Parts: sequence; C-alpha cells; structure tokens
Amino acid sequence: MRKNAPRTAVALGTGLLAVTLVLSGCTASSGGGGGSATKTVSQADIDKAMSTPTTLNFWTWVPDIKNEVALFEKKYPDIKVNVENVGQGAPHYQKIRTAVKAGKGAPDVVQMEYQYISSFNVTGNLLDLAPYGASKLSDEYTPWVWNQVKRGDAVYGIPQDAGPMGNLYRKDILAKAGVTKAPETWDEYAADAKLVKEKTGSYMSDLASSQAGQMLGLLWQAGVKPFGYDGDKGVTVDVNGAKAKEVAAYWQKLIQAGYVSTDPDFTDSWYQGLASGKYAGWLTAAWGPVFLQGTAAKTSGKWEAAPLPQYEAGQSVSGNWGGSSDAVLKTSKNPIAAYELAKFINNDAESTLDFANKQFLFPTSTKTLESTEFTDQKAPFYGGQQVNKLFAGISGTVDTKFEWLPYMDYAYSSYNETMGKALAAKGDLSAGLDAWQKSLVDYGTQQGFSVNK
Amino acid sequence: MTQSVVAPRGARPGTRKRANANQRRQHRAAYLFVAPFLLVFVLMLLVPLFYSGYLSLFATRLVGGSQFAWFANYIRAFTDADFLAGVGRMGLFLIIQVPIMLVLALFLALAIDSGRARGAGAIRLLVFLPYAVPGVVATLMWGYLYGQDFGPIAQVFRALGFGAPNLLSASSILGSIMNIVTWEFVGYNMIIMYAALRSIPSELFEAAEIDGAGQFRIAWSIKIPAIRPAIMLTVIFSIIGTFQLFNEPSLLKGLAPNVIDNAFTPNYYAYNLAFINQDVNYAAAIAFLLGIVIAIVSYVVQLSTQRREAKAS
Repeated sequence: MRKNAPRTAVALGTGLLAVTLVLSGCTASSGGGGGSATKTVSQADIDKAMSTPTTLNFWTWVPDIKNEVALFEKKYPDIKVNVENVGQGAPHYQKIRTAVKAGKGAPDVVQMEYQYISSFNVTGNLLDLAPYGASKLSDEYTPWVWNQVKRGDAVYGIPQDAGPMGNLYRKDILAKAGVTKAPETWDEYAADAKLVKEKTGSYMSDLASSQAGQMLGLLWQAGVKPFGYDGDKGVTVDVNGAKAKEVAAYWQKLIQAGYVSTDPDFTDSWYQGLASGKYAGWLTAAWGPVFLQGTAAKTSGKWEAAPLPQYEAGQSVSGNWGGSSDAVLKTSKNPIAAYELAKFINNDAESTLDFANKQFLFPTSTKTLESTEFTDQKAPFYGGQQVNKLFAGISGTVDTKFEWLPYMDYAYSSYNETMGKALAAKGDLSAGLDAWQKSLVDYGTQQGFSVNK
Repeated sequence: MTQSVVAPRGARPGTRKRANANQRRQHRAAYLFVAPFLLVFVLMLLVPLFYSGYLSLFATRLVGGSQFAWFANYIRAFTDADFLAGVGRMGLFLIIQVPIMLVLALFLALAIDSGRARGAGAIRLLVFLPYAVPGVVATLMWGYLYGQDFGPIAQVFRALGFGAPNLLSASSILGSIMNIVTWEFVGYNMIIMYAALRSIPSELFEAAEIDGAGQFRIAWSIKIPAIRPAIMLTVIFSIIGTFQLFNEPSLLKGLAPNVIDNAFTPNYYAYNLAFINQDVNYAAAIAFLLGIVIAIVSYVVQLSTQRREAKAS
C-alpha cells in the first residue's frame, strides 16, 4: 500500500489521471433520463427561456472559445455560460459519462466529435435538437457533415468543425527527389515515395500505428463503409472487407519497402520528425495545416498542400478525420437555452468566422466556407498558398455517407492492439484488419448488440 | 488493545469501583481518538470496497441493461487470457525487479551505515531524491531518455557507432519499466532499511569487533538478521506496489501505443475495462481478484520467511 499511495496522490495532484483513480466515481446506475416526448418548441417558449436568468455549463476543449461565447452572452445578457475544459478527447468523454452516471454535475452543452455521437446515443444521453429548430438548419451546413449529426429526423449536434483530408508535403524534399508536382493518384504516390526514399532518405509520410482516425479517413476516401448502426440494437462491422484489404495491401507494400514509416503520432519524436524532414509529408485533415505551422515552425515556406491522391486518375474524392459538433445532454434543465448556445456559436456569421480565422477550426457552415475573408487568406508557411480555399474545395468531395459504431472508445483502443500492432511490426496488415474485425464483433456481441458482419 | 495497558494490576477490592469508572473513561477517550480515522476508513475504504464487491456481481451491457450475474464476472476473469497475461507479467516483474531493487537498497543502506563511505549524507540524499520526483514526471522524463530518435541513450549509442536500441519495443518494455521503478524506489527502500540499521545497539558491533569479525561478517551476521523485519516490510510493500503498477504503463502508452496493451498490468486493465469498455462490473471483479492475488502472494512470502525463522532458532 505504502509504496503505491504517494504515487496515487501524485497522479491525482497533477490532475492528469484524476478521474482514472477515483473508481468510486463510476457508479452502476443506468445512464440518461427518460426524456419526455418533446413537441416543437414555439418562438414564445424560446423568447421566454432566453430572457430568464440562466446559467449554462459548457464542456469543450476548443481554445479561446470564450470569445465566441462572449458574443452569445452579449446577445442574450440574461444567460451566463461557464466554459470548462475537462480534457481533450478520451478524458473529456469519460468525464461526461461519469457525470451522467453520477446523476449530477453534468454540463448542459458538450463538445462531441462526430464519431462519438452514436456512442452517447446508445446510452440515451443526447437530446434530440430537432424539436428546438435544428432541422431547419440542414441547408446551412456541408451535406456530409450534416449527415454526421442526424439520424432519421433527429439531430444530435450542431456541427462546429470538420477535417476533410488532404496531403501536406515538403516541396523542397520532393523537388530534391525530382518530384515537382503533388502525386495525383495513389500509384504516383507510391512511385514518388520510392524516389523520395532513395534520393533523400526521408519517408514519404508516416502512417501512424496509433491513429485509427487517419486510417478510417483513408478508408472513408476509398469508399469503405466499415461501420453501421441502426440506432437500436443492430450494428454492422465490416473493417476487413475486400476494399479495406486493398487499401491495407497498398500501404503494406510501401511500409515493407521502407518508404512509409509507422511511428506513433503526436509524440515528441514525431513532432521532431516533422520538423527535421524525417517525414516528407503528412496525410492529414483540414486542421492539420495550422497545427503543422506550430509544430515545424522553422520549416516555414517549404510546405505545400494538395488534395489526397486518388484511386482513379481524374477523380476527386476525400475522407474525413476529426471534427466536432456541440451537443446538448438530455439531463440539461435548460434545453432551450442550451440549444441556442450550441446553435449560436456555430451558426452566427461573426462567431463562425472567428472560429475559422482565429482558432483555425475548419468551418462546416457553407456561408463561412464561401466567405472570401476565409478562403482568400494566404498562408506564408505554405509559400503563400491559399490553403483554406484548397480545403474548402476538398470539403465538397467527401463521401457523404459514413457511419460509426455505438462503441467507438473501444473501437479506437482495440485498433491499437490489432491493426496498430501489425502496422508497428510492419507485418501483415490484412491479418491486422481481421483481428480488429474479430475484436469489434466479439465486443459488440458481448454488449448485447446484434452484430451484422 | 488498549485495556491490557490501562488495567491496574492487583487492584484492591476497595478501589475497584473507582478503577472501573476510570477505565471506562479512558476507553471512551481511546475510541474518541480513533473515531476520526475510523470514520474516514469506513467511508473512504470499506463502503467503496463493499460497493465494488456488490457491483462485481452484476453484468451490465450497453444494450439490455444490468442483471444480477452471481460470480459470472469472476469465472470470466479466470479464463480471460488478457488478465492472466497481465498477472503473469507482474509475477515476472516481481521475481526480477524486486530482488534487484531491494539488494541495491540494502547494499546502499549498509554502505552508508558503515560510516566508511565519504559524503554519506549527500549520497543518502541523492539516492532518495528520485523518490521525491512525482512518478508521472519520472515516467515522462524516462520516456524522453528512452526515445529512439532523439533520446540521449540512443544518441550515445549512435555516437559510438552502434545501432540505437529500441527500449520501447515489445521485448524490452518490461525491462524499461523495471528500470524506472527501480530508480524511483531504491531510495525509499534504502531509507527504511537505513533507519532500521540505526536502531541496532552498537554494543553488538563492538563485541563482534573484539571477537575479530570484519565489516562484511558484521553486516551478514548481525546487521541483516537484525533488520529482517524492516526488509520484510519493504518486500511486502514492493509486492503490493508491483501488482498495482499503473502510472508507468499508462504514461508510456503514449510513446509505445502498440506495445503496451490495455491489459498490460491488471490494475491498468481494470481501469481500461471501466472507462473504455464501459464494463464497470467486470472491472470491479478484476480489481477484487487483484486484491486477492496480492493478499495471497504477500501471505505466502511472509509465511515462508516465518518458517525459515522458526527453523533457524
């Protein structure tokens, strides 16, 4: 006991693992409330709610979001919003689950990445926003993004940002290898990768062994539909279908030839790899360009952005990696005000433009995507290229139908132990997909879903 | 516990009544003194313990809700290859790391205690210092040192013309973690042993020296047997600490996501079951089983040394 106790205290103190050790915080009661059948909310209800003094709690990890929230508070002076950052990604979701299960302390509005919406719907935690007027917004967002937040007639979040994928690469390194333009097809990409490795020693890119999101984005582009969920008991798991295996085989060849690395991403050594030219490129999402500027600042001006290479010449199809919506929890006592907050910050012209230009969230609202204030910006890091315009174009080419499992926490974590392991070992990726498939099916069955393979 | 100390021996019949009242008052005081601890102990330890025991008897599914399942979770654990592998891994850790750490700690304690090493005070502080570094920080620091591309260890190897070893690969990660834990806890164990060494009456050494015993003989035949209870204490602490290993694997996972799996240590497995698999019930069962494993191993170790002591005397 003694040996461990101080370590426990330390972990709690740093707050890094705070939730992890307080096992007593996770209780067994089933989550979610009953949720009364809501009729459409009238304008009178809304006016009343917005002029009643109310305090909303909002959990999000978007930096400086207070600025957009301030715009909301200015418009509705009776509503006060507490913004809290309880962690990014997994810790954020764990804390929401814990709060919901505990029955108190849960916020009204939460940031919710698209892939987690089903995972919170299966436990009945998210409020259907359609009766509050959300269905009227469908035309104002990129269609594939809107598909991510709706299920049938119900709407479970207001889109905030997205991550259509493109290809960022070191122009100078590719030029040294004699490659003067971005590869347009995956075949060209493979040929260029060979040249780059042989002439410069750099990897063409890093297919991170810890990044299910990147792989899913690439599968998304290839038209693979690995997941499905009917909103009730039925899930579809098909991560090892013929098409997915073709994608895996393509990468396996590049990895085994040593043209593409499989280092875990978002680690110190990966950051240094990007800055030092160990990797000549990064297949990433629309949030990548600005992120890279901060990570590899001293390589400014040497990068260029391009769409993802295509399977067929002349096509233009992309996938998505990341992006969030703002959702309202069913337990919220002020659903109208909560919805209005989620809507305002992601719909108001000034607020969405701020998100795009100040916090560099890639916009989902069509108005902002078309705004010249956004698209015409020139990025010096990319040699003055209009990167926003490029990605705004890519956004329109994302396959519109892509679904998720109601247990993505598990899906991502088991990816690391199956497919990720195969990637790290530079081994048989097809077997890696098979192993991932098996673990997803087993878990789904064990959790009571009827799994459609 | 208290009464044998307080009870007045051979009290005369006349004073008996008064003594009883006195005794009762003292009992009351004793309980009052213990009460704050007892309250916290019950609320923070016993209640959660019973609650998680209760939880472990249920099975909750994402679809279909919660059901009473008797001991199904425990039965599942016994056939769960991941859990058993985690326990086995910690068993290996115990057999290799704990002896190394404790022998090192004992050696340092004896060296400092002998009074022959110069700058003993400074050494004592330096060896103890890692224990003062928070485990989280220590792990992050070692994670950097181990890094294959930019870590100093790799750079030294490269400068000497060798290939850089991958200290975070599947075959070396356990050794790398052993190294971190040893570094962190040698000082702590050393201090316990050193404190015990200081309390040995010095007449014993003088007598041994007059009889012609050297320092090594004194250490082997007097000091080590005299601090055996303290050594046992460090052994038990280490056993418990080993099976509860959590911080190191959970932090190194960011650097070696495909090497450290969710069931790398039983404790880490319980955490992942609760928060990733959303299976609180099974996690509770795993936590309970882990407690039982620790209790059994500790008991067996204690029992075997007691037997040896009995034989020796």
